[in-house]
Amino acid sequence: MKFGIIVFPGSNCDQDCVHVLKDVLGQPTVALWHQDTSLKGCDAIVLPGGFSYGDYLRTGAVARFSPIMGAVTSFARDGGLVIGICNGFQILLEAGLLPGAMLRNIGLQFICKFVTLRVERTETPFTNRFSPGQVVRMPIAHNEGRYTVDPKTLREIGGQVVFRYCDAGGQLVDSANPNGSTDCIAGLTNRAGNVLGLMPHPERASEPELGSSDGRLVFESMLEALVHA
Amino acid sequence: MKAKVYITLKPGLLDAQGKTIKSALETLGFKGVADVRMGKFVELTLNHGSASGAKRDVERMCKKLLANPVIETYRVDVQK
Repeated sequence: MKFGIIVFPGSNCDQDCVHVLKDVLGQPTVALWHQDTSLKGCDAIVLPGGFSYGDYLRTGAVARFSPIMGAVTSFARDGGLVIGICNGFQILLEAGLLPGAMLRNIGLQFICKFVTLRVERTETPFTNRFSPGQVVRMPIAHNEGRYTVDPKTLREIGGQVVFRYCDAGGQLVDSANPNGSTDCIAGLTNRAGNVLGLMPHPERASEPELGSSDGRLVFESMLEALVHA
Repeated sequence: MKAKVYITLKPGLLDAQGKTIKSALETLGFKGVADVRMGKFVELTLNHGSASGAKRDVERMCKKLLANPVIETYRVDVQK
């Protein structure tokens, strides 16, 4: 299966994603420049982390108007698998492909550390290799990760939440919610389930040498979903 | 023609920066501050014939790019 990693000016996790998909999972992987307008026949698209356009105005606000985003939006609307990691998640929010928005972390600090997450749904193309309620470890690295959504929308998206920040025992407590996200939301899909945004970095936790391989299951799940599509 | 755009977080959303500024002001002895809301200011220079047309254009810019309607509100002042 062919994976495409979108590279925006200021992306800095693109090569990590290429490494995991190409070297760890052994899949054909191409980098797609933000000025491109074609996804070059890719079966799945990754919007990587970083600081696209220097985070100017708002995180992801300028990147969402990149030429490639027209193709990404059509691909997503047609049911194609799209995953946005960290800044990629912020871009998907700004593009309206996922509901809600990001605010500055509640403590106003850039947070870079491993967190524990509870897997809320396992029937998605991104989590079919996890077990329900599994507690996993992945790192976060962001300044604007406080997921925010209005109360009405929050009620509607309850079933779309895929990852929540939790403590080691899987409990949703304030002390385990690093950025003050609404309902401890760390990642969610669109209603159709083919677009995922998450703040933690699965590509930085895909090999035991990095302290966790839990993130690899996200990419393996995508592969599983594509093979059986 | 100039347009000034003031963007702030919607009322009710926790403004972590505003809260921190308020507590810093209190530390400095300014006791009369009830609330601080932090925002953004954008100044645009426009080649536009009419003020009403300019305002309409800038409001469209706000909806499309300058503000995020999920979390922010904005106010536009057009000056000749």
